[in-house]
This record gives sequence, structure tokens and C-alpha cells, in this order.
Amino acid sequence: MPSNEMVADIGLEEYKYGFITESEHVFKARPGLSAEIVREISRHKGEPEWMLEFRLKALEVYYSKPMPKWGGDLETLDATLDEIYYYLKPQEKMERSWDDVPQEIKDTFEKLGIPEAERKALAGVGAQYESEMVYHSLKKEWADQGIIFESIEDGLRLHPEIFREHFATVVPVADNKFAALNSAVWSGGSFVYIPKGVKVDIPLQAYFRVNAEKMGQFERTLIIVEEGAQAQYIEGCTAPVYSTESFHSGVIEIIVKPNARFRYVTIQNWSHNMYNLVTQRAMVHEHATMEWLDGNLGSKLTMKYPSCYLMGEGAHGEILSIAYAGDGQHQDTGGKVIHAAPNTTSQITSKSISKGTGRATYRGLCKIYDGAESAKSKVECDALLLNEDSRTDTFPYIEIEEQSATVGHEATVSKIGAEQLFYLMSRGLSEEEASAMIVRGFIEPIAKQLPLEYAVELNRLIELEMEGSVG
Amino acid sequence: MNEPILRVENLHAVIAEDGTEILKGVNLEIAAGAVHAIMGPNGSGKSTLSKVLSGHPSYEVTDGSVWFKGQNLLELEVDERARAGIFLAFQYPVEIPGVSIANFMRTALQSQNPDEELDIFDYQEQLLESMELLEMDRTFAERSVNDGFSGGEKKRNEILQLAMLKPSLAVLDETDSGLDIDALKVVSEGVNALHRDRPETAFLLITHYQRILDYIKPDHVHVMVNGRIARSGGPELALELETSGYEAFRGETAAV
Repeated sequence: MPSNEMVADIGLEEYKYGFITESEHVFKARPGLSAEIVREISRHKGEPEWMLEFRLKALEVYYSKPMPKWGGDLETLDATLDEIYYYLKPQEKMERSWDDVPQEIKDTFEKLGIPEAERKALAGVGAQYESEMVYHSLKKEWADQGIIFESIEDGLRLHPEIFREHFATVVPVADNKFAALNSAVWSGGSFVYIPKGVKVDIPLQAYFRVNAEKMGQFERTLIIVEEGAQAQYIEGCTAPVYSTESFHSGVIEIIVKPNARFRYVTIQNWSHNMYNLVTQRAMVHEHATMEWLDGNLGSKLTMKYPSCYLMGEGAHGEILSIAYAGDGQHQDTGGKVIHAAPNTTSQITSKSISKGTGRATYRGLCKIYDGAESAKSKVECDALLLNEDSRTDTFPYIEIEEQSATVGHEATVSKIGAEQLFYLMSRGLSEEEASAMIVRGFIEPIAKQLPLEYAVELNRLIELEMEGSVG
Repeated sequence: MNEPILRVENLHAVIAEDGTEILKGVNLEIAAGAVHAIMGPNGSGKSTLSKVLSGHPSYEVTDGSVWFKGQNLLELEVDERARAGIFLAFQYPVEIPGVSIANFMRTALQSQNPDEELDIFDYQEQLLESMELLEMDRTFAERSVNDGFSGGEKKRNEILQLAMLKPSLAVLDETDSGLDIDALKVVSEGVNALHRDRPETAFLLITHYQRILDYIKPDHVHVMVNGRIARSGGPELALELETSGYEAFRGETAAV
């Protein structure tokens, strides 16, 4: 097993968390995709018949849909889809207690700082190791309040009615090719249920990593926030470095019922060969509020547009997005807001940083349906370019059918200015420190919305990515 | 007279982009603790001199030398010059959105002494004391550097940084411009207090008007015209300028 020293030896531009822990996979499906693989997955999970049928139907939809021609370059991914493992299961059973978690998995967590997070009593850590939850603790007080925070598999097994009522209602199978793929082979993810009127202050957290070469990770998360409830969910993840392509395609479905309030926070730092194609969507009902806070670092290509479907009067949706595109990376991110009811309001704030040959694309949709009277939407996207080769594009799609709607859009592109660098350096900061400080300042409006430890981690990740970016 | 900490000899500098010569043979010596003023009309090169001393990338030195505390200043990068003890208070301070003054100053102070972790409590205390000296509200520390500041606030913020960084030589580039009389008094008294506190600090005041010299008394006054120092003298030279204007000095070449 590589030591921590080896980790430290990885060069500046290398992926910091690129260590590999050997693990024995209890079950490893063959590479490639087929109805037989889908049946095996379902059989292994001991699923009810309806779920198997759902998966098989989704597989057909997946086959029937063409590869998207927009966004990023998916050709390399397309050529390697048959070599991907669509399912891995590290252990037969779900672990309840930390003591029962095998040492090598603990080692992986330790490198990621999971036990530390635990020590800090950050509460309910659900850590996804490969395709399934192996460790999942939930604070007793939450359980007493009737909150359900389980792996998605246990959600289906233990709460079949709530699960079936909501599953795939926000992101239908046929929504897009990758949502269909996820629907066919999903494994791992969280199931969260916040009962009516329950307010949780401490965020629910999931921390996971992908850890097998050529393994597709198709996590699926379903969150239901009942009327008047309030909660926050945080997901952060890092993945190890491999030379061949890797693929992540998750689906996150959230239902925010009337007068409820929910925030979903993701900081993703994928290894630089990862294709990250995720569908994140929330249905927001009367006077409810949904906030997505989405940080995308790493990966080869990320296509991710968290969405708020504002279905009830007075619903509010907010999307805050940060993307960092390093050398050879393409971050195609943004957000979608769909106004389908009167007096709905939304705001999209996007900030991107491109370094070297990195490319950051803002892609957003603001749709206001006829009858969504007095709907208001504001879109703001700012791009910061670190080098001459860096690239940014903005594709703000705006479709308005309602006369009384108000939509604002602002976009800025800036370069790190020579005057800013001179000013900071004239106070003794090195050029690297000065650049990092300007970038930190640029993302500060979003970083300050994060819990402190995540803001610190985000800044640290960006600093690591920035090393060697100047001079 | 003390051994000079700054010695500028026959300094020539051009605008890097188009080669236009701005400094045409500047000679200047500044001793530790001395207060010098350079006065001159617009376009005389006095602000350029301050930028060249700090290493601004828009200018290129074509001839001459600058020695600072025994080091060849022209071989040092901008940040190395700062760490060697040169401070420039900007005429037009630059906005850094999202970076608080407290954070900026902490990073700058830490850069002076990278091997030793800055004591955060000492730092806080020092910051608050310096802000009090300049009659700045405590909330100022949490504001983004120069972002949305008034002209007066920007200049005060420059002097705050001067107070925190404790340089050997402070160059104040038109710190008086854009200040009303009350703000000018506060800033000047701040500078005087810093000088009383650390008498070894040398100052180079760059100004168009004599006004600031009513509050900060210089030991030496230089008149800069057309890229050269045309004449040097004592405080009385500033008063002479006030009455006769710069016109009388045009064409005059002086030995320092």
C-alpha cells in the first residue's frame, strides 16, 4: 500500500488524493453493459420485482437515446463504455459501527480526513466506498425526530412505500441518456426523508470516493423534504488517479414540499481523467425554497446543471455554482430554473476560473411558462481567466412565455490584472500568493455560504490546483 | 548625516511598451529617518520614480543604479523589494474584491517572516491600534481591500498598511490628492505618529502641492522637472514653489 510519503511525492500538478488502496471485491461484475448485468445487480441487491423491471426498461431507453452532441467532447467516453465495470460491491453487508469497518477502508477514509470529520462531531457521516455504503451513522436525536438517512438500498428495503411514491418522479427515466443509464445500473447513494415540520440545523453529510479502475459510479440519491421542514445535505468527494478513463453519472432527486426549505451542497474534486455527467433536480412546491451550492473541481469533463422546477406559487430556487477548469479540463456547468407558477423567484450565480488550457462553460436555462405571473429570475455569471490560453464561454438560454415576468442577466469576464498583482506583491506577497489571493477573493461570495470546514477545503483544493500556475 | 539607505544614481527609465523615456538621469540619496519631498508638475516623472523604485512591470530601467540598504535594488522582484523594506503608498490603490483587509495584512505580514508563524493575537492588537490611530472604524478590517472605498478611505488604508508593515523607506505617491482637509490632517498625523514611533523610518513624499508639507515637515525638498531633479534644498524651497510656481525651474539642472 502506498504510504503517505508517496502521496506527498506526487508532483504539484498531480492529483493530491491519487492514492490507491487495494481491496478485495466480494462481487465484481464483468465489464460492459447488458440486460444480464442489470439482472445480476438487482439480484445482488435483493430488490423487489418492480425495481428490476424499472431497471430493464431504463436500459432500453438508454440504448435508444443517442449520445448528446452538445456540451463537452464525449467521443472518448463513448469508445470505452464497453470496458467499464457497471457494478462493484466491496462488502456483503452494510456496516453500522466504525469498529466493524475493515482496516484498509478505514485507511482510505483516514487519508480523506473522514475520522477527523467524525471527531469533530460533524454528525451523520454516510461514506460511500465504491458502490455501496459501508459506513453510515446517524445521530440518535435525528432518528428520534423521525428523520431517515439511509443508503439508497436500505431506503428501498426499509421504506418501500415512501420510496416508490417518489422515486424517478423528479428525474424520469427518459429525461436524458445518462439519467436512463443511471436508472438501469444505479448503486449506492443516499435516501433522506425529513418529516413534516422538522428542522435540522446540523447538515447531513455524505462523503464518498470512487476506488476501482474503470468503474462507473452510478449513485442515486432521493431526498424528500415534507411540508415546513428544513434541512441541509452536504456531499463532498474525491477520487483516485488512474491513467484510463473513468466515468461517474449520478442522479439526485429532491422533492421540497410546501413551505419547506432545503439546501444541497456538493464539492466535487474528481481525478483528471473522470467523465462526470450528473443530473441534479429539485421539485419545489408552494412557498418552498431550494438552494443548490455546487462546486466542481477536477474531472476531464463535467456536465452538470443543477435544476429547480418551481411548481408551486411563491417557490424560490437558488443555484450557486463554482467551477475550476485546470489544464486539459472542461467544466460545462451552470443551472436551470423552470418557473411554472406565479410569483416564483430564482437566482443563478455562477463563478468559473480557467487556468492554462482549461475551459469553463456556463450553460444555463431560465424558462418562464405562460401563467407564471410576476415570476422573477436573475442570472449572474462571472469568469476569471488565469492565463492567455484559458477559455470561457457563456450560453444563457432564456425562454419567456409570460409577459409579467422579469429576467435579468449579467456576465463578466476578467483576467487577473497586472495592477492587482503589482499591488499585492508590493506588500511582500509572492506572485503565487498574490494570484491565489485574487482567486480566493473571486470565489468568496460563494465560499462564505459554505460551512467553515468546506470553505477551507475548497480554498485548499484551489490553492493546490493553482500551484505552478504562474511564472 | 547618516549613511544613506537609498542611493539613486543617474537613473533612466522608459515605458516598457513604447520606449518613451520618462526618467532622464535621477540622482537622489535618502538617509535613515530623513523626510524628503519631491515636488513637480504633472508629467515630470515623480510618480514614475516611485513605481520604478517598487519595480512596476510597466517601466524598464535603461541606465543608472539604485542601491537600497547595500543591495542592488534593480535585481530584486517586486515582492523582494517589499520584503527588503520598501513600501509604496499608491496614488490609485487597487481594488481586490472578496479579500478582507484583515486577511490581506495578515498574509503580507506573514510573508515578511515566512519561517515563523504570525501570532494572531499580537496581529489583531496591532491592527486595531493602527486603525485607531487613523480614526478608522473596527468594521473596516472586514471590508474587501479598496472595494467600494471612497478616495479618503483608500488613502487611509494605504497608511494603515504602512503602519502595519513598518518599512525602512515609505514612498507616499500623491497621498494628499483627493483628500479633504480633515482627512489630510488625520493621514498626516498618522504618518507623523509612525515616524515618532520609529524614527529610523525614512519617508519620500511625492506631491504636486505644498499643502501636505504644512502637516508633514520635510528635511529636504526636491523639485523634479522633465525627468530630472532640477533643484534640491530645505523646507523653504517648497514655500518658494508655492509663490513662484514650477515655471521658474524648467530648464534648470541641478547638482544634488
